[in-house]
Amino acid sequence: MSNLKWRLAIIGVLVLASVWALYPRNVKVRQRRADGTFFDTTTYRVPLRRGLDLQGGMHLALEVDDSKGVVANKPEAIDRALKVVRTRIEGLGVSETVIQKAGNDRINVDIPGVDDRERAIKIAQDQAFLEFQITDKTGAFEKALPRLDALAREKGFGGAVASAAATTSPSASAPLGGLLTTGTDTAAKGAAAKSDSAKKDTAKADSATLGAGGPISKLILGGQMPGQFLFERANYDALKNFFESPAATAALPPGKVVRFGSDSTVIGNKVYRSLYLVDERPIITGEYLTDAKPNQSPLEGTIVEFTLSNEGGRRFQRETAKHVRDYMAIVLDKVVMGAPPVINSAIGTRGQITMGGKDLQAAQDLALVLKAGALPVPLRVAEVRNIGPSLGQDSIHKAFTAGAIAIALVVVIMLGYYRFAGVLAVGGLALYVLYTLAVLAGFDAVLTLPGLAGFVLSIGIAVDANVLIFERIREELDRGKTVRTAIDEGFRHAMSAIIDSNVSTILTAMVLYQFGTGPVKGFAVTLIAGIVASMVTSIFVVRTFFLLWLNRSRGAQTLSI
Amino acid sequence: MLRILHDTKYDFIKPWRIAIGVTVAFIATGLIFLGVHHGLNRSIEFTGGTLVQAEFAKAPNVGDLRSTIDAAGFQGAEIQQFGSDTSFTIRAAGHQTAGGKVENTASEIQTALEQKYGKANVHIARTEIVGPRVGDELSRNAMIAIVISLGITLIYLAFRFEWRFGVAAVIATAHDLLSTLAFLAIMRLEVSLTVVAALLTVIGYSLNDTIIIFDRVRENLKKARPEPLYDVLNRSINETLPRSILTHVTVAAATLSLLLFAGEVIRPFSWIMLFGIVTGTFSSIYIAGPVLLWIERRWPRNIGGKAGSSPSAKAAPNRPTSPRTPVGAR
Repeated sequence: MSNLKWRLAIIGVLVLASVWALYPRNVKVRQRRADGTFFDTTTYRVPLRRGLDLQGGMHLALEVDDSKGVVANKPEAIDRALKVVRTRIEGLGVSETVIQKAGNDRINVDIPGVDDRERAIKIAQDQAFLEFQITDKTGAFEKALPRLDALAREKGFGGAVASAAATTSPSASAPLGGLLTTGTDTAAKGAAAKSDSAKKDTAKADSATLGAGGPISKLILGGQMPGQFLFERANYDALKNFFESPAATAALPPGKVVRFGSDSTVIGNKVYRSLYLVDERPIITGEYLTDAKPNQSPLEGTIVEFTLSNEGGRRFQRETAKHVRDYMAIVLDKVVMGAPPVINSAIGTRGQITMGGKDLQAAQDLALVLKAGALPVPLRVAEVRNIGPSLGQDSIHKAFTAGAIAIALVVVIMLGYYRFAGVLAVGGLALYVLYTLAVLAGFDAVLTLPGLAGFVLSIGIAVDANVLIFERIREELDRGKTVRTAIDEGFRHAMSAIIDSNVSTILTAMVLYQFGTGPVKGFAVTLIAGIVASMVTSIFVVRTFFLLWLNRSRGAQTLSI
Repeated sequence: MLRILHDTKYDFIKPWRIAIGVTVAFIATGLIFLGVHHGLNRSIEFTGGTLVQAEFAKAPNVGDLRSTIDAAGFQGAEIQQFGSDTSFTIRAAGHQTAGGKVENTASEIQTALEQKYGKANVHIARTEIVGPRVGDELSRNAMIAIVISLGITLIYLAFRFEWRFGVAAVIATAHDLLSTLAFLAIMRLEVSLTVVAALLTVIGYSLNDTIIIFDRVRENLKKARPEPLYDVLNRSINETLPRSILTHVTVAAATLSLLLFAGEVIRPFSWIMLFGIVTGTFSSIYIAGPVLLWIERRWPRNIGGKAGSSPSAKAAPNRPTSPRTPVGAR
């Protein structure tokens, strides 16, 4: 009988382990305060992980965007991008985020509980390539204008935009004259906040004569500082397209590039945006950045303060020393952030980026992406799923109802048909449910809605092994065997069918796991856990129950089965 | 002792022609539906596009809803009631977005709905946006998954049983796949990843059933008395009949409770499982059996040293088309 004791001991240990695995415990959860900061808190719950479809949240798939130029080494680039995206998303401070590579060129991001779709996408996707570039002070743009005008005429740019300009701003008929007057206005306005040197430079810009009459030059006004130019907001798309064309880039002076500004200025009743001609070579890039913090200053509004590494600091100091009294454009993803500040003296390791009218959260997000570093490749969104928390709650509730009813039905059927043996099977079923959940908790598997459905279904399938065995025992009893032999034979003969059928199902489930995503993976895991647990309970546990019964009622002549 | 269908002696194999006629007709009907509807009703996971599930405070007028969505620039979007009459899904195919960016479609629909019905009266419960490449890849992966699982099963069965059994089981399973696809086409169920999972579960379940019967065949063949395979098959099916009925009943009970109580998201899954129970049972008896007999006739087993009876002589009377001796009346 030591055999029986061993069996009981093993079952006992399994039950204890399962209860321990499922026992509610304190789980650390990170939560977000209303002001956007995070705090850790603990909740007391059963340690089963719920998938995004059950707890609500967002799934995001990003892929390499090769629409603007070929990406050379995609797998390598995606590996580096993965690190950056991971740092950024983890910086969001949501617990249980999952960031992983899928295939060769995709990154999957799962963020539980996030409901701000657009913000999360922006944080994951922003390239965040930071450059500091000196604005041009040689009047090179003005010199290049005739060439640009010629190019624009050739391309038929002039006609289209001239009419657009005419409709949007009928008064802008004399750009050059307008340029001089409004330019001075702006300068005067800007001067209040700027240093004296800015005023001087602006005056210089004003006095420069732009070649009038060309399709480009008539849209563009001189700005408040060297290398800055203003244009009406309505022309933004046309100008952006024009300057992004390779021909226009080639027509610019060598070593100079055009960058558009992020802010707009209101002059009179018109809204202007700016573009800058800057040195192509950045004096420093974001790779030297070690820290970035959002802040609010009464003078400049929302800002992001950053710190450079020692090496970056030295370099920055050297470069800025060469460019005293020049203007430095802070360029993020090819867009000039705020108004370029003037360099008054060499700058060390600290600096700041002004965010214009953006709110503190935008500054926070920018600080986050800057700190995590730039994405090595541009990414585009391949897939987004967003599930509200209430829908998940509802799903859990319904799945539980369905599960409870399924269990009740199966219990009634088993008890009604197999009587006493049915009781043993139901005992096995109870342990089956316990073991399956424990396996899921133990392997930290994610419970999804299809997974829950699979679990409910498996309750029906789990008794199959019992049914096979019981039917076999009945057959053996029919052949006139004693109860003990019939039970032994029943288990022995049913074994091959149970193993073959379950192994083939496990193989199918493994294929599902390999090829499925999110919810389906959860389903496969539940299925595998369920099959293993059902084999253990039907072959081992229910067998032990029979042995126990045989032991108690020694020499039983009949078996209620 | 409560017993159902105990010690039966039905000739299951005999009406195999009728059975195959029925299933071929069913699959053909499915094909016609496929033709009429231009393929399966695939979810946006496969087609790419945008899905928004909106919950309204009170049931909206469907016409109003449609015009709101049209006005937002999503003409041709599919609007469907989802469970209750206050819950709707809006499915915009492809990437017909005004802003040009894929990820903005859901927001544009949301904004349009909130403007029309007021922010307090409409709640976006779920959004899904899938790019076209992801969809293609998923379709391909789903196909690969199905083919691989059939292949692995074939290898496993060939290893555990014999290649004849493996082929017969896989053909029966392939039949289940076809008939379930026909069912999907006829019911116009939305084929999502979850449905593919259900499909693979049906494969596993039907295979289970076939294996249980084949396991009994394997056992009965080992017995001393020589018996034509035709009779062995029939006897095995009859012997496993109580088990089959009971298991199907418990699985059907679980599936029905899913169908009735687990909500709208799981419904297509439950439908397929329910159908899978039927087709799985059917195929393990009427497809796997006759196919095994047919293979046996074409490539007879070498009946190891059994009293000089040549395989071909043995196999000839086993043909399902042979003069039908009532089973058990030997």
